[in-house]
Amino acid sequence: MTKSVATVNDKRPVNLDIGTIALPITAYTSILHRVSGVFLVAGMAVLFWLLGTSLSGAEGFEQAKACLDSFWGKLAVWAVLVGLSYHAAAGVKHLIMDAGIGETMKGGETGAKLVFAVTAVMVLLTGLWVW
Amino acid sequence: MVKAVTSFGGSGLSDWLVQRVSGVVLLAYFLVVGSFLVCNGAELTYEQWSAYFDSTFMRVFSTAAVLSVVAHSWIGLWSVSTDYLTERMMGGKGTVLRLAFQAASAVVLFTYLVWGIQILWS
Repeated sequence: MTKSVATVNDKRPVNLDIGTIALPITAYTSILHRVSGVFLVAGMAVLFWLLGTSLSGAEGFEQAKACLDSFWGKLAVWAVLVGLSYHAAAGVKHLIMDAGIGETMKGGETGAKLVFAVTAVMVLLTGLWVW
Repeated sequence: MVKAVTSFGGSGLSDWLVQRVSGVVLLAYFLVVGSFLVCNGAELTYEQWSAYFDSTFMRVFSTAAVLSVVAHSWIGLWSVSTDYLTERMMGGKGTVLRLAFQAASAVVLFTYLVWGIQILWS
């Protein structure tokens, strides 16, 4: 065995450079889970504002209601609900896979498609509810 | 075992579990509040809405949800930042960028924590 002088700060080789390979559908599900998560951290501000304003008094309640009646208010809340729906569906998929279900490539692909299908339904349902 | 100083619980296993428990709490919370809103529809009044959040159950449940948002977000943002804001991905400034991003995340999440508790308990 040769003596290694490498430290953790050295540039270590990367075996999987995802920039150079075609990504499977499961990779898109995973990336979107992250993107929707980061988006929701910002989206939480909308929900905190709505909750705080609507609970601040009768006047605030009307103000929050008026916001939800405006075009941009509806769009913002819809975007947050769509993000929440996707993130929740992908999260439930994680829990199912943690239980050992659908861990094969085929199972992963089915799970990814189900996440997209559930989200598509939720896009419609939340859209109908908000507008 | 390696202790990661900026991660939520200091170990991957603990973060893994906290991420799942907080995720389930949040899913339950959004389903409960969501169905209350759907069931009441546009006729919901301020009195009903404030009475709903005045109950001890909803105060405790909402506080659990706020704590879950903070923990869940920290673990998620930490995972994303330690994957992409690195010296390999970003060059020499990687570590500085990551710590700046994590510091900004901490400020935002601490604000959410105080904001949420203020809404629910004042």
